[in-house]
Amino acid sequence: MSTDTTADAITSRPAGREARERLYRYLLFACAATSIFVTVGIVFLLAKDAIDFFTLVSPVEFFTGTTWLLPRNEFGVLPLLTGTLLVTVIAAAIALPVGVAAAVYLSEYASERARSVLKPALEILAGIPTVVYGIFALVYVTPFLRFFGLPLNTFNVLSASVMVGIMIIPMISSLSEDAMSAVPDSLREAAYGVGATKYEVSTGVVIPAAVSGIFSSFILALSRAIGETMIVAVAMGSRSRLFDFANPLQNLWQGNQPMTAAMIQINSADNVSGPGFKSMFAIGLTLFVITFLMNLVSNRIAARYREEYN
Amino acid sequence: MTNENMNTAASTETQPSATADPTSEPLVEQSISVDNTSDRTTVDGETVIRSKDLDVFYGETQALQSVSLEIPENQVTAMIGPSGCGKSTFLRCINRMNDLIDVARIDGELTFDGKNVYDEDVDPVALRRRIGMVFQHPNPFPKSIYDNVAYGLRIQNRDVDMDAVVEESLKKAALWDEVKDRLDESALDLSGGQQQRLCIARAIAVDPQVVLMDEPASALDPIATSKIEDLIEDLAEEYTVVIVTHNMQQAARISDTTAVFLTGGELVEFDDTDKIFEDPESQRVEDYITGKFG
Repeated sequence: MSTDTTADAITSRPAGREARERLYRYLLFACAATSIFVTVGIVFLLAKDAIDFFTLVSPVEFFTGTTWLLPRNEFGVLPLLTGTLLVTVIAAAIALPVGVAAAVYLSEYASERARSVLKPALEILAGIPTVVYGIFALVYVTPFLRFFGLPLNTFNVLSASVMVGIMIIPMISSLSEDAMSAVPDSLREAAYGVGATKYEVSTGVVIPAAVSGIFSSFILALSRAIGETMIVAVAMGSRSRLFDFANPLQNLWQGNQPMTAAMIQINSADNVSGPGFKSMFAIGLTLFVITFLMNLVSNRIAARYREEYN
Repeated sequence: MTNENMNTAASTETQPSATADPTSEPLVEQSISVDNTSDRTTVDGETVIRSKDLDVFYGETQALQSVSLEIPENQVTAMIGPSGCGKSTFLRCINRMNDLIDVARIDGELTFDGKNVYDEDVDPVALRRRIGMVFQHPNPFPKSIYDNVAYGLRIQNRDVDMDAVVEESLKKAALWDEVKDRLDESALDLSGGQQQRLCIARAIAVDPQVVLMDEPASALDPIATSKIEDLIEDLAEEYTVVIVTHNMQQAARISDTTAVFLTGGELVEFDDTDKIFEDPESQRVEDYITGKFG
């Protein structure tokens, strides 16, 4: 090989390569940009239609009204909002402790073999379509709870909320387990070294050290619960009710309609027009703002409690 | 306790002229000594920890081979040797930290105050409350300085004046003056050397009998290291200290007794530190100490 060809080898440039490289760059950028444009577009249109609605119905009436009744053009969002909160609180009461306990088991107690069976099983649970959970709530959970003497209506808040809670357990346990496994063994050894038991190490050292990850998993799971539609649409009925403080338990036995289910109902009804139809966007915007704020808070808190280990 | 039979089975290989025929030497009390190994397993002082024919396996690998030695009370005993020689493994056998490793298997006997710690009825949690440990890398909890020191007392539900014990422990660990005005701050904000002294305070707050230290200064700068070394010598007035180090000068400076482990998990020599560093029995130990090997 002569010196000429060496010089050729480092100066020759295949024709069109730079153009191709530029094309790849633009294609990849387009893919990244599409998702952002679509998201921004959805938020923009949601806000636009919601503003249209608020020209017909005042925001004060919407946010303070205590009755949601489309046929009578009563657009008070509070019953839908309390319905959503009720479902979320009950689901959280079930899913947070069980999810964290499952994560502690997987991260601290489970043998390699148990973990290799349980982790995939939890992930399968996360893959079940939510409409199946809804039907399960209606057909099995409600009769099961009635068996224990609870005075449940056919469509009721309790069964649906229990199923929403079960639905978000895998999310909490999986993300929390990741956070707990990331806690360095040196901290566990330090605690064992002064005579801590496994339970004391788990609750007193591992959970506090993983708290930012655990908290993030809560927020993500609760956002999921707030936005959950199919379970509540199938198993909770379609009648909105403002939370009744006089009979707190009664709220659980009866059906209710949270924000997501109300939107489905408006969208699938063919005799709704005008402000009734547009109200869907106002509810949607309200939901979006709630989950968006939760994610903001979650990021702040995660950053605040994140510990750096080296 | 002095072993009159010390050094009698020195190897033919290391000291050919002195012991041409080992069998002609007076009978020694230990029969486990390997050819080129000093058979001495005891030194002056009340024995608090005693191991006899201790074997440790990690799965198929043997990490310790028939280790026998007696650790004297209220002294500093150093374990030295090259990486992978089993010195940390031995340390972790004493308070059963090896229990946390699934594949570890222990044969032989290791007694603490006369009781075999591997007996069925021994509770490792209770054992670790009497044998504290300080690790290679400072590992304070992500809690306040105060809560770090108080942690052991809290899990043991000790009915003590918490403030007083925290203060006393931090004073013993030579850290009190540096942190007394910021006990509520996160322990993670301390320097590495301060964190390690905090870990020592955490270990002694529960008033153990023995403090095990696994290369406690290897992650620290020279100034922090010398503070830790001073501290270890002070601690020996009250506690039995067993320290693993790969820094031979450190072992020579602070320990009263030294055990030398060499490759393969074999205890090659165990004697007064001065003796080990000035006139070791084993040629391999001399080579190791003078830097010819390891």
